[in-house]
Amino acid sequence: MGLKRDVSLYTALRYKGQGPFLTYILHRIGGLGMAIFITTHILASFTANMGWRAGFLVNQVYESWIFQLFIFFCVIFHAINGLRITILDLFPKLILYHRQAIAIEWIAFIALYGFSAFTIIRTGLLGV
Amino acid sequence: MSAVKSRTLSLSKRGMSFETFMWLFTRLSALAMYSFILTGFIGALLMGARNHMNFADIMRWALMPNVTHVQNTNLPDLAPWETSFWKLVASALLCTAAAHGVHGVIVILDDYLAKPAQRQWTRIVCFTLFLIIVPIGIYVIWTS
Repeated sequence: MGLKRDVSLYTALRYKGQGPFLTYILHRIGGLGMAIFITTHILASFTANMGWRAGFLVNQVYESWIFQLFIFFCVIFHAINGLRITILDLFPKLILYHRQAIAIEWIAFIALYGFSAFTIIRTGLLGV
Repeated sequence: MSAVKSRTLSLSKRGMSFETFMWLFTRLSALAMYSFILTGFIGALLMGARNHMNFADIMRWALMPNVTHVQNTNLPDLAPWETSFWKLVASALLCTAAAHGVHGVIVILDDYLAKPAQRQWTRIVCFTLFLIIVPIGIYVIWTS
């Protein structure tokens, strides 16, 4: 019953799943990133309310523009990719066009994340 | 083509097992979260966000409509942003996201943990964290 993989780690890293695999793995990274962030952010806010310095320090990191770039990536990608998955799963006839759906998803993601990242960087670096 | 056909089976033909229920819950909870986020986004615009904060701040508010997320903006009055309505929306969004997220984390961990004991322990840890974090989160939302 032990964990037994049929491929080596090196082979797994060289796996060419292309577009669908990239969205699959980014969806998981984004989801896990958010789960860890939300859990620790809630605990940090709670402890900060109680006057603990550790809570303030953690929230300071979370409010930095570099971290916001990371968490916005996780949230926006997970949300847009999740919407594609939901639409294709609830309307299975559209699964034939999943590659086109992924292309549309990337356009939407680049537009939304690009605009968010631009304003985050501008505020972080220039303060405007 | 057979793979495509099998996906078009109705729920009554597939049967509603626990896995099917959670599969459906994941999709429907995602739709619920989109509606909460859209509510926050439209609400922010209606409360004058366009003139007092940048796009990233509006997104930050929409993704969790808690008043602390707009405290560092140029808003002249925070009162409309800390009403019970927004605290309710934030609480509902947190509960939905936490339920969606705890199931997602368990699905991911199941892919990497093969032993039944490992899977059982990760479920216990995830559910315990869920039961601890959600009430604390709601407390933070209503006291901030």
